[in-house]
Amino acid sequence: MTAAADTARPSRFRAENLRDILRHGLITVTFCCVIAAALAVSGVGSWSSQMVYSLSIGTISWLVIDTGRLFISGHQNVLWPHGPWGFVLVAFGVVLGFLGGGAIGDAWVGRPLFDFSGFARHRMASTIVITLAATIGMCYLFYSLGRSKHMQRQIDLAQRDATEARLKLLETQLEPHMLFNTLANLRALITVDPPRAVAMLDRLNSYLRMTLSGSRALSHPLAAEFDRLGDYLELMSVRMGERLRYTLDLPDDLRDTPVPPLLLQPLVENSIRHGLEPQVEGGEIAVRARKEARQLVIEVSDTGVGLDAAPRQPSQEGGGFGLEQVRERLATVYGEQGRLSLRPAVTGGGTRVTLHLPLPA
Amino acid sequence: MPLTALIAEDEPLLAQALQAELAAAWPELRVVATARDGHSAVREALRLLPQVLFFDIRMPGLDGLGAAAELADSWPTDEAPMPQLVFVTAYDEYAARAFEAEAIDYVLKPVQSERLRKTVARLQQALAAAAPSMTPPVPPEEVLERTLAQWRQVLGAAGAASAAPTASSSSTPLRMIAASDAGGATVRMVPIDEVLYFEAADKYLRVLTATQEYLIRTPLKQLLPQLDPGAFWQVHRAVVVRSAAIEAVHRDETGKLHLALRGRTEKIPVSRLYAHLFRAM
Repeated sequence: MTAAADTARPSRFRAENLRDILRHGLITVTFCCVIAAALAVSGVGSWSSQMVYSLSIGTISWLVIDTGRLFISGHQNVLWPHGPWGFVLVAFGVVLGFLGGGAIGDAWVGRPLFDFSGFARHRMASTIVITLAATIGMCYLFYSLGRSKHMQRQIDLAQRDATEARLKLLETQLEPHMLFNTLANLRALITVDPPRAVAMLDRLNSYLRMTLSGSRALSHPLAAEFDRLGDYLELMSVRMGERLRYTLDLPDDLRDTPVPPLLLQPLVENSIRHGLEPQVEGGEIAVRARKEARQLVIEVSDTGVGLDAAPRQPSQEGGGFGLEQVRERLATVYGEQGRLSLRPAVTGGGTRVTLHLPLPA
Repeated sequence: MPLTALIAEDEPLLAQALQAELAAAWPELRVVATARDGHSAVREALRLLPQVLFFDIRMPGLDGLGAAAELADSWPTDEAPMPQLVFVTAYDEYAARAFEAEAIDYVLKPVQSERLRKTVARLQQALAAAAPSMTPPVPPEEVLERTLAQWRQVLGAAGAASAAPTASSSSTPLRMIAASDAGGATVRMVPIDEVLYFEAADKYLRVLTATQEYLIRTPLKQLLPQLDPGAFWQVHRAVVVRSAAIEAVHRDETGKLHLALRGRTEKIPVSRLYAHLFRAM
């Protein structure tokens, strides 16, 4: 739990906590009745006097401890004092409950207050033991209830975060600008060149299918990855016309190599978005895979405006998100053995991203 | 004189589709040129002086906003009236929202005939109002001012839209500018109160105080929402000045405005779009 989230939490006197205290009170009262009944049945005293003793002691202890923890709790999430203060609070509650409740009970049955003689001393000892045991038991019960409630809340939060992250990934992959421009092109093609429109729709279809299912599958063959890149590049080249030229180069013996799905997609998107799109004359994208010293090396290079020319993208605009995403996935899947490097392309300006992945034995 | 239009759109199929839709919605309109990027859009528009411009916002080289701002300044108003400007944009989540209020000076891609017809109706109305045959005749300055106001509105909506992702930081105006020096080893903190003006230069933004010049890499359009709009005025696509530092406004022989700032010797150009800020009271 971060500090920011803590301070954002509402007051400790919020309705939810007050409701908890009342619920604890009810449980305490019920529990006191059970103790009184047990004592009365075992013949320690009359039914009514046991009820008065038990209820007075229980209610006072509960009030002291349950309201006390609201005021001196050091921990906002589970309202319970830090370290030794918890024991102090319980002890304080037990003593006050014992003295106050004892006094009320004594007054009720007409016994002199705080009579420490003979039989009374024996009674007092057992009352202390019962009070102590009951209070500690109740406190422990309430504490664990509160904590499990807090844990549940944490789990819910974490689940929501994970869902949000997935949604964000999906949103960047289904970039609305790309999607709507593609649809606009499709609409234009339908009237002027129906066969090409059908081909484009098929490409869009497999691109969308892959994007939607890709965040679930763990790996797929490199050939499938290249096919999806082909779909995307073909869609883009319908849009960009002769401004986009591309080469996909995958040697046959690497076709079945498993890779995380959509690993290369963000790199090609970057090349188009930050490399070729800003350039009036467009350019070329090449994606090449090769085997090198027991490693799979994949290169995505473009002849776009290059690293220097592209204005630095503020991270919130989603620029840089692509590269970060690929780096994170490499780290998750391959650990130290997966590498990504970004540098100016060797020829003709532009950018080159190189991935090094371990080949499966 | 036939009605003419220019389409600036980098995706060939979309340019073609818009032209086809226009032919159906407005048969009298002749599309005289289709530009593929912002720079050639400006060049072609100045060569052909059409009455209507359809500009895509995202274009290579110079985007639609930049092309429009450049045209606003270089348009020869004594040769032809300023054209009507319509932005054509694909789903840009922010742009679409900002434009929704204006509703008419932009067309969403894919272009739909119904929507285009509305835009065409408004354009025809605006062109008729500016026609010299109107009685009583509207003075040309007023026509120009009206067109400029429309351009400002469209550009403002589109500009605000493209800066929107960072607008969340605008609640408190910026107090300090952190500018790194040439080597990048030192970051200078420049109090915003000392800044006299900002000028966009290539991929940098120049930050000028009375005595110093700093370079930062934040684009002007992202910085703008973080500045106090009362203290800083945009006077040009590339220039934002401290309003309190303006000493005088000069008009040169060609009618262009320049600002003189207290504490700086250079003259600052004022774009035609923002000239209304300096009309004498």
